Amino acid sequence: MEFFENLLGPAWPVVWTLVKILAIVLPITICVAFLTLAERKVIGYMQLRIGPNRVMAFGMGWTAGLAQPFADVFKLIFKEIIVPTGSNRFLFLIAPTLSIMPALAAWAVLPFGPETVLADIDASLLYVLALTSMGVYGVIVAGWASNSKYAFLGAMRSAAQIVSYEIAMGFALVGVLMVSGTLNLGGIVDAQKGSGFWSWNLLPLLPLFLVYFIAGVAETNRAPFDVAEGESEIVAGFHVEYSGTAFAVFFLAEYANMILISALASLMFLGGWLPPVQVDSLASIPVVGLLFGPGAHWLFLKIAFLLFCFLWLRATFPRYRYDQIMRLGWKVFIPLTLVWIMVVGVAMMDPVRTWPPFSWWF
Amino acid sequence: MNFQSAVFFVLAAVLVLSALRVITARNSVHAALFLVLSFASAAGLWLLLHAEFLAITLILVYVGAVMVLFLFVIMMLDINVDRLREGFWNILPIALPVAVLLLGVMGATLMGPYFGLSVRPPPPEAAEGYSNTRAIGMVLYTEYLYPFELAAVILLVAIVAAIALTLRARKNTRSIDPSVQVAATREGRVRLVSMPSEKKGVSAPPPETAPAETPQQPK
Repeated sequence: MEFFENLLGPAWPVVWTLVKILAIVLPITICVAFLTLAERKVIGYMQLRIGPNRVMAFGMGWTAGLAQPFADVFKLIFKEIIVPTGSNRFLFLIAPTLSIMPALAAWAVLPFGPETVLADIDASLLYVLALTSMGVYGVIVAGWASNSKYAFLGAMRSAAQIVSYEIAMGFALVGVLMVSGTLNLGGIVDAQKGSGFWSWNLLPLLPLFLVYFIAGVAETNRAPFDVAEGESEIVAGFHVEYSGTAFAVFFLAEYANMILISALASLMFLGGWLPPVQVDSLASIPVVGLLFGPGAHWLFLKIAFLLFCFLWLRATFPRYRYDQIMRLGWKVFIPLTLVWIMVVGVAMMDPVRTWPPFSWWF
Repeated sequence: MNFQSAVFFVLAAVLVLSALRVITARNSVHAALFLVLSFASAAGLWLLLHAEFLAITLILVYVGAVMVLFLFVIMMLDINVDRLREGFWNILPIALPVAVLLLGVMGATLMGPYFGLSVRPPPPEAAEGYSNTRAIGMVLYTEYLYPFELAAVILLVAIVAAIALTLRARKNTRSIDPSVQVAATREGRVRLVSMPSEKKGVSAPPPETAPAETPQQPK
């Protein structure tokens, strides 16, 4: 590494940061590709089908189905991008970029372990919240610039839905902020250290976790909150006019956002890279012990489980009706989070904090 | 010129240009999007000043929420730009003095004795471990607690007033109460009646008679 440092001189920090960015973005892109396959497979098995099992890599039979995402990607890349008549060309083409940018940029502050983070900033929770709130612009601009009624309806639905659920999401984060006393995501995980899953934020903040995860499903426009796309109602919603690579970028952004929400939920509520059960005798075994100690693999495991929940929800529930989505966001989630913030606030006050159920956490 | 001032000039140029386009763009959606761009570059300028809390809050509140609602409304309006421009020359005699007055006030404030590099020296370098967010929180919830709470209550009153002014309880509304729907059970909706599949004691209907006419075979 010092050799490169000397070779590149003042350009070294830029190059090194770019390398780190690539080291985060490339795995995410590959994860997105295989998440689409996992989605089709999981939903297939839940519906007693097999799912994609044809496309194989280099004629190797055991990869049958595994190469499906690459086939999809190549198909999309070689398709023509059609710009509809009467659309706003510049906004039409910049909209996919607007939706992928926040989905990827938010990863800059996500820690994968203690000190393993691209940008260790103080207010990383706020940063993530600010960036995810910008994701809606891709949807709105795409819907408006397409000059299509279906796309426009999808954009309007999505805008109202995302703005409504962001409030509940923000309040859920306030609870996390209160118990951990820091806005830094690494600090939030550190505050959950202790005796395994018992000291995670999951149990004391269970309602907030549920609200956060469901609001996350709503923010990513996934089923059962997918009225922005609503295939049976408005064809494909905001991206009905998109084809080829532009459509692929929207697709990438949606799945990258799913992974991001899962990663945030596992960092804030499920203890991030901390193991669920801390067994010191197992963790001290030379090589195998690394698996039982804290490590990024726990984080990936939790992310994978939450992503499975995304797919599970999609395969299980029918689409919400629009007024019920609004009711759930405004009349159920926001009061629930407000009440639970009060509960947490009282539980953290001085005499109450020392009483048994609360003394374990606060 | 170091890197930071280069970033400053780029952001400042984007901010000024996009702010100009906000008032000159013919299409109101474009104007709103330029306003978003100017907010973003203003947030960048604040980041350069190490005011990361303010910068992130600007993005979170204005770009992420306020402007989304703005766009929501603007996109749904059917704005005829020509109609809006019709009264330009009639309004100008009133608008011009107001604009000049506003410009004068802004100039008097900005050029006056309160601003400028000599009056406001750059802030001292922050100490190690200094957190902008924490500092603002400390001041906001100790020294400025009452103004802060008052502002919050005024906003709440404004929200309630806006809803109260526009809420009309219509009598003929057909809206459905979701809690009633959710609470619906199978027993409340479907009545299962046990019925024998055929009635006893009634003779079976006579067997269907053969078609009266068979098609004539061609001879």
